[in-house]
Amino acid sequence: MYAFTYQRPTTVAEAASAIQAEEAKLLGGGQTLLPTLKQRLARPSDLIDLSGIPELKGIREVDGGLEIGAFTRHAEVAHSDLVKRVIPSLAGLAEGIGDRQVRNMGTLGGSIANADPSADYPSAVVALKGLVTTDRRTIAGDDFFTGMFETALEPGEIIKAVRFSRPDKAAYAKFRNPASRYAIVGVYVARFGAEVRVAVTGAAGSVFRADAFEAALAADFRAEALNGLSVGADGLNADIHASADYRAHLVTVMAKRAVEAAG
Amino acid sequence: MSCTVSMTVNGKTVSREVEERTLLVAFLREHLGLTGTHVGCDTSQCGACVVHVDGRSVKSCTTLAIQADGATVTTIEGLAAADGTLHPMQAAFREHHGLQCGFCTPGMVMSAVDLVRENPNPTEADIREGLEGNICRCTGYHNIVKAVKAGADAMQGAQAAPVAAE
Repeated sequence: MYAFTYQRPTTVAEAASAIQAEEAKLLGGGQTLLPTLKQRLARPSDLIDLSGIPELKGIREVDGGLEIGAFTRHAEVAHSDLVKRVIPSLAGLAEGIGDRQVRNMGTLGGSIANADPSADYPSAVVALKGLVTTDRRTIAGDDFFTGMFETALEPGEIIKAVRFSRPDKAAYAKFRNPASRYAIVGVYVARFGAEVRVAVTGAAGSVFRADAFEAALAADFRAEALNGLSVGADGLNADIHASADYRAHLVTVMAKRAVEAAG
Repeated sequence: MSCTVSMTVNGKTVSREVEERTLLVAFLREHLGLTGTHVGCDTSQCGACVVHVDGRSVKSCTTLAIQADGATVTTIEGLAAADGTLHPMQAAFREHHGLQCGFCTPGMVMSAVDLVRENPNPTEADIREGLEGNICRCTGYHNIVKAVKAGADAMQGAQAAPVAAE
């Protein structure tokens, strides 16, 4: 790891000021950033640790759903009685991230800011009509993820919280890499009245919605409604873990499992 | 660039001047001489470096020492009683031979204690799931799982469950 200067501000305003430094990076739980630094793949001048900012923490029930502070660790979401009551599928997703030590450190804001194509949380932000609040504006979940490791965030913009809408029914089904526990394919299915949202992570460079699946499930919310449907292999990821064709197959299988789990 | 890092480690308050990039595992091993916490993979996979920070298990190779500034840290050296009596989980690993070479054992024990804190009566599936962040290259995990189950029972003060013969 190259040397850096460490700062732990106590307000978002202080953090926003500190991040203006050339080559400064925000530090959430560090479960991706620190391994990256250890490999000397990045050389930030400053690390701005967000752990000391109370306004970034906590889980609140709000009209229509939940608001979760950006510096809320995965284990807190997984074990929260409030999340289990209001959006149990979201607690289930958090419980399946990485391993228990990663969940004890990693944060919601860190995960979505990093926008790893195989991360779990992006599917929830999209499927649950997420609203990402930053120190500058609110960004719709549908507009937040713009590509592989790319988001709509501007340089120095700080995520404060994410608002998730409470679905009538929802589930997240993931086919995971057995070593890394990242999603080879993960599908979050959420039903809001007559509307169904199907968000797919792991399969492509960024999370995406499976429109044809959504239409089929809106007409008939049963796994059988997806028979014969495929997102197609064009543009899907192919690597040592899974070919594009296999990922396309998994999207349908995971979507069916999610529908069945949603009940 | 250096900074002062202070924390409570195994009940003692410690303070050291370190570089800001110092990892918690390096702080424990190199600055405090607590070499029971191991560096296995150094890539956040293997869990040999697991310690407790404010009661929760974390990988100390993927945590900066300064992130634990002001925290209460417990390492494998801090589990046994002052008179040397092993923690029930340590005793269970010995009793059930939950190790071969022993390199992963400190991390396994620390993860297991955290697991049982959250789930006092884990099933075999809970244990295997709970140890996903810990890799053992010797045992095939079988005796580790038995040891954690027995350790969980012992931590509850219950009589250890009978163990099937190999």
